[in-house]
Formats: sequence, structure tokens, C-alpha cells
Amino acid sequence: MTVNTTIAVAMSGGVDSSTVAAILAHDGSAVVGLTLQLWDQTRLAGKHGIPDAPKAGRCCSLDDVYDARRVAEHLGIPYYVVNQQERFEADVVRPFVAEYLAGRTPIPCSLCNNHLKFDQLLKTAQSIGAGRIATGHYAVNEYDSGRDSGRGRWILKRPTDLAKDQTYFLFGLTQEQLASTLFPLGHMTKPEVREVARQRGLALAEKPDSQEICFIPGGDYKQFLTAYLEEQGQALPETAGELLSSSGEVLGRHDGIFNFTVGQRKGLGVSSPTPLYVLQIDPASHRVTVGADEELATRTLRARRLNWISIPDLIAPMRVRIKIRHRHEPAWATLEPAGVGEVLATFDEPQRAVTPGQSAVFYDGDEVVGGGWIL
Amino acid sequence: MTSEGDSLVKRVYMDANATTPLLPEVMEAMRPYWMERFGNASSIHLDGQQAHAAVDRARATLAEFFNCHDAEVVFNSGGTEGDNTAIFGLLRPGDHFVTTSIEHSAILAAAERIASHGVETTFVAPQPSGLIDPAEIRRALRPETRLISVMLANNETGVLQPVEEIGRIAREAGVFFHIDAVQGAGKIPLDVRRFGCHLCSISAHKMHGPKGVGAMFVRRGTPIESLIVGGSHERRRRAGTENVPGIVGMAKAAELALLSLEDGTIDRVAALRNRLEAGILKLSGTGVNGAHLPQNLGAPAPGFRIWESTNPVPRVANTTNIWFDQLEGEALVIALDLKGFAVSGGSACHSGATEPSHVLMAMGLNKTRARASLRFSLLKTATEADVENVLKVVPEAVEHLRAISPVAAGTLG
Repeated sequence: MTVNTTIAVAMSGGVDSSTVAAILAHDGSAVVGLTLQLWDQTRLAGKHGIPDAPKAGRCCSLDDVYDARRVAEHLGIPYYVVNQQERFEADVVRPFVAEYLAGRTPIPCSLCNNHLKFDQLLKTAQSIGAGRIATGHYAVNEYDSGRDSGRGRWILKRPTDLAKDQTYFLFGLTQEQLASTLFPLGHMTKPEVREVARQRGLALAEKPDSQEICFIPGGDYKQFLTAYLEEQGQALPETAGELLSSSGEVLGRHDGIFNFTVGQRKGLGVSSPTPLYVLQIDPASHRVTVGADEELATRTLRARRLNWISIPDLIAPMRVRIKIRHRHEPAWATLEPAGVGEVLATFDEPQRAVTPGQSAVFYDGDEVVGGGWIL
Repeated sequence: MTSEGDSLVKRVYMDANATTPLLPEVMEAMRPYWMERFGNASSIHLDGQQAHAAVDRARATLAEFFNCHDAEVVFNSGGTEGDNTAIFGLLRPGDHFVTTSIEHSAILAAAERIASHGVETTFVAPQPSGLIDPAEIRRALRPETRLISVMLANNETGVLQPVEEIGRIAREAGVFFHIDAVQGAGKIPLDVRRFGCHLCSISAHKMHGPKGVGAMFVRRGTPIESLIVGGSHERRRRAGTENVPGIVGMAKAAELALLSLEDGTIDRVAALRNRLEAGILKLSGTGVNGAHLPQNLGAPAPGFRIWESTNPVPRVANTTNIWFDQLEGEALVIALDLKGFAVSGGSACHSGATEPSHVLMAMGLNKTRARASLRFSLLKTATEADVENVLKVVPEAVEHLRAISPVAAGTLG
């Protein structure tokens, strides 16, 4: 095995990463399959309404590990499951819980990418003698040598299959991580990926895509918060409070701020002739403000904990398009530095439901300029 | 990279405590019992009688192996069945059970299950050396204690437990005593009379026999209930058609194991293990798990042969468990595997990921150090070249990992 040519493939047991392994193995690369064991799906099973038996299609379910292992066996590549449960809990699960308790709406997938899938996986890969990692993300990374642009940087770009674009979750990648990562699906469409999977004889070519947050069986994050805190010997903090209209009128009370996310319509517990939406959650006073759909629109956002990809830093205002949630059509805005480690974005058109805790990812054409976490 | 099958590089296998390959003689002994002498040992015709005779001969060999009567040998499916049988076959609601926190999961999980059936268990913790203090076993006894179960040799550290002394304690207290001898069998002589146990479980595949077959010594008169019911096989102590080829293979493996304890083979293994251990310990930030001289135990029980090494705790000849500061044991296991060396680092959880060893944690290692510990367990067929190759590769691999390792410096246990 030659040290720097070996590629470690992050295998989740899904079609995408399995196909990546198949493509690289077929190309003759030295490939090692790794699955990160992130969460024990049986840990909170049966508690507070969490289903007893986890469904397939979640990271670390036994079925997925089985599928990944079968693919590796089929391809004849070495395969290992790497235990990263403690780091996942510290770097993803605990922040996820803390964010909800603080009235924000977290994105665990970005945290997982930043801390586990790229940072830790790359270290593990290097430890076992693999110079690079490959994942099944739909994204493109390229080195811009800078001859024309003067940049000399690794660039992250949107993939061919825009419906599967995962760059929103990858804005935290460092230059070193981008330099050491392969995204072999970046120029393929999902149907093409399934076709390759079929051609390579992968039994899971028709396996459905996974959608929900992998460590929350059943998808009910409130059940998860309750069960997790109870396991940790804590009760859900008391965050019940008033439900206000945007004019400050008390409409009723709510059971806790973690029940809400900005833009939410269901489960508000008040009746109104016109639909009401959560406009704002104040973690200090526990007040939740609701109002009409048009009141959700805002023209600015601030973001921090920034990472820049196509530029070394933002030093002057820049025209970009910004994505404020995974399924959001990037909107034109002017981005400018706003104090230490923060940026202010002013949209051309007001945007609906800018949600604290989500990330804002800045695009210049197809390129990811960078991103940060919405305040 | 090639798959295991087409690999041209000879692999070095140092995970004998996980399993061992059949010796050629074992394979040969089993061969006729698949197709030619395939009879059911319970049948009355000649084909059945041939099978029955083979099982009888095997039983006599195992009786010699245990130092017991033929009638006290029960064949089963392996160590897990033996361990489970001792617990489920003897304990009833209201009984109390004494075992240790370093047992195999076949004991620990069974204890967990009977807890819901009204049997309380006391888990005696080891000393930092990995040894169980018999006095702790005695202290754990209650009037309603019915069974003590202690392993002969620990699978992770190889540390030999003072079973003879525990046997005396059991006798004095009138309590049944089971020994999980899976990791001791074939590495030291078994003598159930001297051990003073009522039950003793072993497994064939840990001593160059086939997988899926084991044997249990059941002292005459021990009122143990069969775990598996059906026909009257094994004098009603274990139902199910006898695994004749497996039983024949196990007997051959036992016979060869006895020989290896007398012909110098085991001493050669010990010398290789000691050389391997001393070589790895030359690396900074390493040490042996299961190495402190116990304060209050005195000399190991007479009859145990202690292979001289840097380690004063009695251990089986083939095992050493070594901690490495500032690295991830899991990554080291994978890195070594990719270079052709099979070693073990902790226990595999359901997904196949590595969990820090419960044995090392019970000995007082913190999680970081337990994770950064590797078990090398040598086959009886290990060669000097194997050891030299490991000693060539491990230092580089450790150095490489330490350069990358995200583990902070100073993981003192």
C-alpha cells in the first residue's frame, strides 16, 4: 500500500457513498471503506415515544452498517467501522440540544460535517495510511491555481445535480480538508449514480435516500430532547412563557421555547382567522412572538463563526447570493464585514423566516464564497 | 489494495485469543465424519454406533484434559453455551450470584438477564494488576449465594486468576463454583479436581479446534438443568444431535494441546511473547496492562507455571496487553491490519466499532488509555520471524499515529 495514494471512503451504507467506493475501486485506486459509528440507535429507544426499532436509512443503524460492509465485501476492499460516538455526542448532539433550549433551530448535519465527517475522518484516514478521503456528497471541489484569478485556493462549487446540492452543509470545510477530499459524485446526477450502482452490481442500488436527522429515530426532536436530558439526569429546563402578537398583545401561553422554530405555523395553540407564524423567540424572556406570513420577511441577517472558502477573508462589501436553509433558492444580497468575526447581509428582496441557528451560505455563481451561523 | 483472498503478503496473526486456525491433524481427524461416518450417534445401527464410538473416544480424551470422569464431560456448542448453562441451569429466583467484572460477556449478559428473574449478582472488581483477590470473593458471599463464577484466564490481559483458592472458598461456603476456562484451556493444564470447581467451560476454537463446539465439565451430582431440551443426548444434560465431526475435532485439539504443554511448545510461545513485549516496551509511553505485583496475594497458587518475563503477575504464555500513550488504539489496529498484522484493541460492539475494553476499565484504566491499548495474542505456531516483523512495523506505526493523533498528550491512567 502506497501511503498517499490510498483513499478512505466514508461509507454510510447508502447508495451515494457505496457508489463512490465502487467507482474508485473500479478505477484501480487503493480504497479503504470506513463507517463512522456515531450514535447508538438503541440508546434512547422506547423512551418518551421514541420508536423501539430504528428504521433503516439512518446513520449507524445496524442495517446500514450491514449494507456498507456487504458493499465492501462485494468490491473486495478492506472495511472498518470507526467508533466516534463520544465525539459525535460532544460536538453534535450536545450543541443540538443546547441550541433548541436557547430558542434556536440547529443544523446537526453541518456540525457533523465540520467535526466528524471531514475533520475526524481525515485524521483517521491519515492515521491508517490513507492520504485522502472520498465522500458521497453532491458537491464539486477544484483547485484554482490562481493563474488568472490570483487566488491559489481550493474552491467548493455546486454540483451538476442541483436538486441534490449539498454545498449548504459543507461551508465549514477548510482549505486543507478540501485539498484532501474527493467528491466523485459532483458531476453526476442521482439517476446516473443509481445506474452506476446497478452496473457495479450493488444490491442497494434502489435503496431510498435518507432524509431525517440520523440520530433522531421517528424524527420527533422534542421526544429526543426529553429522553436525552432525562438520560443525562436533567429535566427539560422551564422555558414556558407568553405567546405575543407582533403588536405586543398577549395571546396565550406556551410550554417551552424549544417547541418553536421561526416560520412555524402548526402547534401554536392559538386560534386566529388568518394563519399565524412564529416570528421571533426570545430565549431570555421566553416570549414567543407570532404574526402574519408577511411579517416573517426580513431584509437583513447577521452571521458569525464564519468560514471562507473562495476568498481568504471578507474585507469589503461583496455581492453574493445567500442560502438561509437547505431548501432555499439563494437570494441576492450585499455582504459586508460587521465587527469582529461577523458579517451583515442585506437582501435585495426581503426573505421569509430567517432562522437563528441555521447557517447562511454565500454563493458567487456556482462557487461557495463561505458561510456562517445566523444570529 | 487487494482483498484478503488475493493478498500475496503473508499475514501475521496475533489474535489467538479471538480464535485459532485448525491444526492439520484436527482437520484430518474430522474428515471422515462429514461424509463416510456421518451417522447419528443416537441411532442403533452400525452407522450410528460408529458415530457413538467416536463421541465416546472424544469424551475420554476430554476427561483426561479436564482430569475428570468420562461421565462428567458434556459436549455443547462452545464457551458461551457453557457459561450460560452454569448461570441459567443453576440459579433460581432468590439466589445470589458472585462473579467478577472482568468476565466474558457470556457471563455478564447472562447475569444481567437473570437480574430480571430475581437473581442478584455481585460483581467483584479486579485489582489494578488484573487479578481477582479471593478475599473479595469471600466478602461478597451471602447466605443465599448459590454460585460463584470466575474465569481461569482473562481474555484481554491473559492474567490467570487464583481459582484454586476461590475453589476452597466455595467449598467452605457450600457454594457451587463455575470456571470459565475458555482462555486458559490449552495454555495451562486444567485440573478440575485441584481447582475445586463443579463446572468448567471450554471452547474448541480457542485451542486450534473447530468453531461451534465446546465442552463442559459437570461434577457428578451437580443439579444443573439443561439449557436446551429435547432428546436424551449427553445424559439429558444437553439435547440436540451430537456435532460428531466437531466433537472429534475438539478431542484431537485437546490431545495436541496437552502435548504442547509438555513438549516445550508453550515455553517457546512464552519466550516469543516475552520478546515481543520487551521489544514494544522499548517505545516511550508504553506499558503492560496486568503487570503490577499484587500487594496481598503472595506467590501465585502452586501448580501454576509462571513464564518469566518483565511481568510478575501470572499470565498465560501467549498474551500481552500493552497501552500506548497519545494514540487511538482503533486506528492502530486498522493501520496494522492494512499492513498485514492482525491484533485486537478492545471489544467489538454490535456494529463492529471498537469499544474500550470493560476489563481494562475495571482494572482502573481511564477510557483514553483503555482505548489506546492493544492485545497481542500469539498462536502456538507463531514464529520468530512473526515477532521480528511486528517489532519492525509497530514502532513506525505508533510514531506515525502519534504525529497525527488528536489525542492530547498525557493520557495517564
